[in-house]
Amino acid sequence: MRHYLARRALQAVVIVFLVATLSFLLLHLAPGDPFTTLQNPNITETVRQRWRAAYGLDRPLPEQYLRYLGTVARGQLGYSYSLHEPVLNALATALPNTLVLMAAALAASFALGILLGLVQARHRGSALDHGIGTLSLFFYSMPDFWLAIMMLLAFAYWLPIFPVTGMFDPVMHAMYGFWGRMADRAWHLVLPATTLTLLSAAFIARYQRAAVLDVLQDDFVRTARAKGVGERAILVRHVLRNALLPVITLLGLALPALLGGAVFVEKIFAWPGMGYLTVRAIATRDYPLVTAAMIVGAVLVAAGNLLADVLYAVVDPRLRAT
Amino acid sequence: MHAVVWLVPPLAAVMASRMVIPRRAPDVRAASPWRATLSRLSDDRVAMTALALIIALYTVAVLAPWLAPYSPAAQPDIIALKGQPPSLHHLFGTDQYSRDLLSRVVYGARVSLTVALLAILVSATVGTAYGAIAGYYGGRVDGFMMRLIDAALAIPRILLLIAVLALWGGLPLPYLILVLGLTGWFGVSRIVRAQVLSVKERDMVVAARALGASDPHILWRHVLPNVLSPVIVAATLGIGNVIVLEAGLSYLGIGVQQPLASWGNIIRDGSSQIATLWWISLFPGLAIVLTVIAFNLIGDGLRDALDPRTKR
Repeated sequence: MRHYLARRALQAVVIVFLVATLSFLLLHLAPGDPFTTLQNPNITETVRQRWRAAYGLDRPLPEQYLRYLGTVARGQLGYSYSLHEPVLNALATALPNTLVLMAAALAASFALGILLGLVQARHRGSALDHGIGTLSLFFYSMPDFWLAIMMLLAFAYWLPIFPVTGMFDPVMHAMYGFWGRMADRAWHLVLPATTLTLLSAAFIARYQRAAVLDVLQDDFVRTARAKGVGERAILVRHVLRNALLPVITLLGLALPALLGGAVFVEKIFAWPGMGYLTVRAIATRDYPLVTAAMIVGAVLVAAGNLLADVLYAVVDPRLRAT
Repeated sequence: MHAVVWLVPPLAAVMASRMVIPRRAPDVRAASPWRATLSRLSDDRVAMTALALIIALYTVAVLAPWLAPYSPAAQPDIIALKGQPPSLHHLFGTDQYSRDLLSRVVYGARVSLTVALLAILVSATVGTAYGAIAGYYGGRVDGFMMRLIDAALAIPRILLLIAVLALWGGLPLPYLILVLGLTGWFGVSRIVRAQVLSVKERDMVVAARALGASDPHILWRHVLPNVLSPVIVAATLGIGNVIVLEAGLSYLGIGVQQPLASWGNIIRDGSSQIATLWWISLFPGLAIVLTVIAFNLIGDGLRDALDPRTKR
């Protein structure tokens, strides 16, 4: 198992390296550079060339690539042209905000998805099963940005329960005490996190239901029933643990999807996270920042997959032996 | 959540079990597998309803000039008719430029449905070719090709799309279709590769090789026909995904460009004034949900029909 994890970790490093290379190539193949997007007629071509030289953008591409790799290898990610600060600083402000949003959405969607899947499988074929199934198909087929807009419309404008945008109240936040601030932030988190949760919970529920039904046909379930174990105990103690295995795989998949969804959700709810940062960085051709954002994305995805591997071992003792 | 078409088999099972239609005994006379598949599919009431819906949507898209009550770009009266809520004259209301929203949604169907269909064709073709080559030649070629796929799949597709489209800026429709198609084949190639790995060991392929058939001949005649059905399922389920992606990109303003209407950029029109002109964003979004649900149901039905083992 340890060897396996080590190999997976090595693979993850290779993938992150490939992602960095891919985005480097993509950015430099595209027309324009960070200084052509400054549509300022007062800046002459000479000045522009000097800037390009100052940031090394006039060098041949292979040299730029090697230099960039060297910077990354030293644990730095370069200097952002558009934000005028080191990329690491920009990430340090944006990444925690996204992680809070994603952690909330991830925890809620797995809890809700697994619960719904269990309930559906338990009452298979009933009206409840069909109802939940139809509802999750509905959410599963929904564009994330549209759901975000509709949530905003329903719960911030029509029923003004939740705040429209932002991470905290711009005026009151400074006056609250510690717990007040926490409550304020949690209150602002509800709508964006719920949007992301509804979409992925629908997906997980469909998956979980199938997995539970699959396990319910196994021999040990029949044995447990024959012993007289109650249906609820069978589900929780015997079935759930086995049915969790395929769902854990979803963790690796849910992360890129949540990250993608976060782009829209962060834009609509003005949540200053990675999605927000990335879209802005692409628009300003901020090479180091875009590449760094892609790397962070790839690292998150790789981390999700590794976490799934570890969780496999926790849930399934058969895997620990090998 | 839509980007995972290659993980769908259990989902199909979920959908299959939602159907409580008594099934006919399998028709023994149906000799060809395709016939059998189609006959099973035609028994699936949910999938057939969804199929009818899709045919209706495409018909509306084709007949848009005759069905739409107004021109989608006409601005009849920017003062008196702007931002009208839904009424009998304008069933879906009008937007802030006084354009009739129903007409725009109908014309938007043309763009959104065409883009999705063509993009998925590109994805399926490229993905099949790539996966078939990797799986057929195996070994180091396969290892290298699949590591690239792993890397490509580690970037969220929407970020990749935003990067390409924002960097190249305001691409015309054919290029948008191409970009959507070329970012969507990674999953397909994985499915195809896995299938090819098993098919290439089968007797017919070994026999063909012993008879001296060339690699392209074997791939085309013996391998491809046997890997096609999962590709068709993945493509059907993928269309919904592409519709959502195109809408998202158009919503950001980097997909289909105005004044051409697509469901995504109509939602964009409404999103800045969502509190007052809510109907602009509501109706195209409902159109998207309806279409994607229908495509997902057909895909699930196809999956069941092709692989009766997943039925419960």
